[in-house]
Amino acid sequence: MANKILLEVVTPDKLLLSKEVEVVVATGVDGEFGVLHGHVPFLASLDIGEMRFKDGNQTEYAAIAGGFAEVTGEKVTILAEAAELAREIDIDRAQRARERAQQRVDKSRAEELDYARAEAAMQRAMMRLKVAGRSGGMAV
Amino acid sequence: MAALRDIQNKIAAVKKTRQITRAMNMVAAARLRQVQERTERFRPYAAKFSEVLGSLSEGIDQEAHPLLAQPEQVNRVALILITADRGLCGSFNMNLILQAQKFMTQQKSEGREVAFYAVGRKGIEFFNRRNVEFAEKLPGVMNVVDFDLATQVARLGLGAFLSGEVQEVYLLYSRFRSIVSQIPTVEKLLPISPEAAGDEDESSQEYLTEPSAEEILVDLLPRYLNVRVYSGLLETSTSENAARMAAMDNATKNCKDLIQNLTLAFNKARQAAITTELMDIVGGAEALKAG
Repeated sequence: MANKILLEVVTPDKLLLSKEVEVVVATGVDGEFGVLHGHVPFLASLDIGEMRFKDGNQTEYAAIAGGFAEVTGEKVTILAEAAELAREIDIDRAQRARERAQQRVDKSRAEELDYARAEAAMQRAMMRLKVAGRSGGMAV
Repeated sequence: MAALRDIQNKIAAVKKTRQITRAMNMVAAARLRQVQERTERFRPYAAKFSEVLGSLSEGIDQEAHPLLAQPEQVNRVALILITADRGLCGSFNMNLILQAQKFMTQQKSEGREVAFYAVGRKGIEFFNRRNVEFAEKLPGVMNVVDFDLATQVARLGLGAFLSGEVQEVYLLYSRFRSIVSQIPTVEKLLPISPEAAGDEDESSQEYLTEPSAEEILVDLLPRYLNVRVYSGLLETSTSENAARMAAMDNATKNCKDLIQNLTLAFNKARQAAITTELMDIVGGAEALKAG
């Protein structure tokens, strides 16, 4: 079995996850990247997107609302302002957040205010829903 | 006896006050624990953040980013004051307010204008009464201090700074030293001083970056501001609850003293009443015997 790498997901509210995994795939601003044990030191800006990690034949997903990934040979640290594991996402809540975001987008488009922020909120909401849909245990 | 009844009523009233102050003391203690837990959970994020920022900002031109660029001339600064929403916490809010006034006077004496931002109802009320102009006020938000609030506050400062409205942004919060000592502290948020950003140098690491280090920095620095503001908010909230705990503890003690004194007075009055009554009876009996 390949060597494992320690994955830590840290948000301002808590240490969301600390786990030894085989591979981590995250969404950087320049696209997805995968990390295995022994990766060179690496620092990446993360986009609003999903992250997945695999341990054995189990793959888990998490929604990341932007942040950074710091990689050293033995460890990946994801610093996110907000992050949720797929299995912990409350779909109803995410759905409501999406609707709220939609309203904000519509409103800000009409009034030309804070469109970028409304849009970002929308993106985060969509991502949460998408990732939540993954918790059914689909293959990578 | 009217006097006796009066004292009794007073004792009952003070006992009720004591009940309230005691309850408030316990609530403050519980909240203090909550905020401390929050601070504890935030620590790994903050630590990691400054570590990454420290190793990243090495070897990067300080002028490369607008948030790092030192202004040539400062004629307008922003002050963000954080106070509590509620009182009954001793001199906690007043200390912060006095510090804010001192800061503003000082800036004005140096010929700078101050754009004033206030977070927390107590500070807003005070400066409202004195007709100080606010750039922005956020009342009633200190009940739940979370990262969203920090982002919101940081955005205010960032907006004013980036639009060129102000050349420096300061944060005034209460630093939590211990349960009995909270210190109003002024900190410069913007421009970010290189020393504040790069406090990590012994274990600095060479990274491969994606996108370039400069671009990551552009993304990272505004977030760093959120981190700074969040820790300021957390410290203030911790201080507030500690101050309230101490104030309510004192109040409870004072109630206890009051009750003791009142009880003493009550007993004396009662004894006096009994003595008078006895004297009457004895006097009456003596008179009968004589007769």
